[in-house]
Amino acid sequence: MAQYLISVLDDRTNSGTKDEMAAIDVFNDQLRADGHWIFAGGLAAPNTATVVDGRNGEAVFVDGPYLESKEYIGGFWIIEAPHLDVALRLAAQGSKSCNRRVELRPFLGA
Amino acid sequence: MTDLSEVITRVHREEWARVVATLARRFGDLDIAEDMAAEAFATVVERWPVDGIPPRPGAWLTTIAHRKAIDRVRREARREEKHKEALMLFDNPEPLGVIDDDRLRLIFTCCHPALAMEVRVALTLRMVGGLTVPEIARAFLVQEATMGRRITRAKAKIKAARIPYGVPLREDIPARVTGVLAVLYLIFNEGYLASDPEKEAVRSDLTDEAIRLTRLVRALMPADGEVAGLLALMLLTEARRAARMSASGELVTLGEQDRGAWDRELIAEGHALVRARLASGEAPGRYQILAAINAVHTDARDIHDTDWVQVVALYDQLGRLDPSPLVRLNRAIAVAELDGPQVALAEVDGLPLEAYHAFHATRADLLRRLRRSEESRAAYDRAIGLAGNAAVRAYLVRRRDQLAGS
Repeated sequence: MAQYLISVLDDRTNSGTKDEMAAIDVFNDQLRADGHWIFAGGLAAPNTATVVDGRNGEAVFVDGPYLESKEYIGGFWIIEAPHLDVALRLAAQGSKSCNRRVELRPFLGA
Repeated sequence: MTDLSEVITRVHREEWARVVATLARRFGDLDIAEDMAAEAFATVVERWPVDGIPPRPGAWLTTIAHRKAIDRVRREARREEKHKEALMLFDNPEPLGVIDDDRLRLIFTCCHPALAMEVRVALTLRMVGGLTVPEIARAFLVQEATMGRRITRAKAKIKAARIPYGVPLREDIPARVTGVLAVLYLIFNEGYLASDPEKEAVRSDLTDEAIRLTRLVRALMPADGEVAGLLALMLLTEARRAARMSASGELVTLGEQDRGAWDRELIAEGHALVRARLASGEAPGRYQILAAINAVHTDARDIHDTDWVQVVALYDQLGRLDPSPLVRLNRAIAVAELDGPQVALAEVDGLPLEAYHAFHATRADLLRRLRRSEESRAAYDRAIGLAGNAAVRAYLVRRRDQLAGS
């Protein structure tokens, strides 16, 4: 088994409609039932982020995201799947359920 | 000694993909599969001159490569994990059962939709076709190092993302097969008109392998029109191979080919496929239309007997699916036969194909027929400069030198 991150690409935060949230719940239940579920969550807006640099003694805190971009990660799933074809199918269902584009990436050597 | 090196070259062609595919299945790792296949072939060069050629070279190679792979896996620290991975990493949990062909599994792995199209072709040429990285780099007109990096990155993605080594599940096949067909067609074309000026102009190992793999895909999805179309297209093209090269290694164009040298059996099979597709009544895709065009050509007694009205009509149909300048160029060649070179030239001029030798070769021929020798000569020169294939170049040089006033 390998672990994959499914990132939800969005240009707004907490923008899911009621129907979308319901579809996501159905998808999450399915992930748990089939043994793919590890973790999932939504992220607050990028402007709530703080970039922290603790490399040189006293840490420096900077308000805002490290990357300014039109689209960002609005939420994510971490799933487990035997290989990419299964993960792709789950990512496709995830994209459908939340009605957003998603990015699928494997974890390193998991 | 020459005989032996010929045998080794032939065995390399015939057995490379099989050895790589077998090792990929056993070890689930394309790098190990490729490296150990290469090492096994290196051993051939040491051993065969001394021991003689073994009765079953393929089995001999696979055994040697397998042993070397086991040694390598043992040498590596994470031995047990590696063994475990070897068993599970790429294995598709629900094998198809219909066709158990290692090379077909390999091609579906190399042609996975998670890889970029150009990478799929390059990887398939490397792993299935056994082409070297410099050969592939030349075919793509990129630097060797660039192509090497692309292939390395693709293998890393296969490993990290766990792209399965296998034919996809039946429900996924229709979505996957388009990419596989595109790659098979590119391999066929690379074999039919090799792009490397230093190698033979025709590489039948590649055309044979492309046809063989397309047959396997067809067995996998017998009802798919485009699979049948691509197979028909390859067969009807391959049928003309013997007539396509002169004794001196020069390209012989369709109009000048000895049609008696065409392979009637392949033509009959290709025609049967095209007829079955027409009878299906379904709207044809790109490969089916290209096959139909080739069916018209192979139906004619000679170039003048060709039903050019139908060829142009088929290109019109193709142009609606694929309005690319390449289709318009080929349509114009048929138009020249129907409406004359003046009309065809008007259609060719201005096509954005400046970097393509066939564009200049077509212009050169049309200008020649219009007796505009100076312009024709210039166009031949451009075409010769761009043609990678030695047989094509030899043909173009002769045509140029035959121009009036030479």
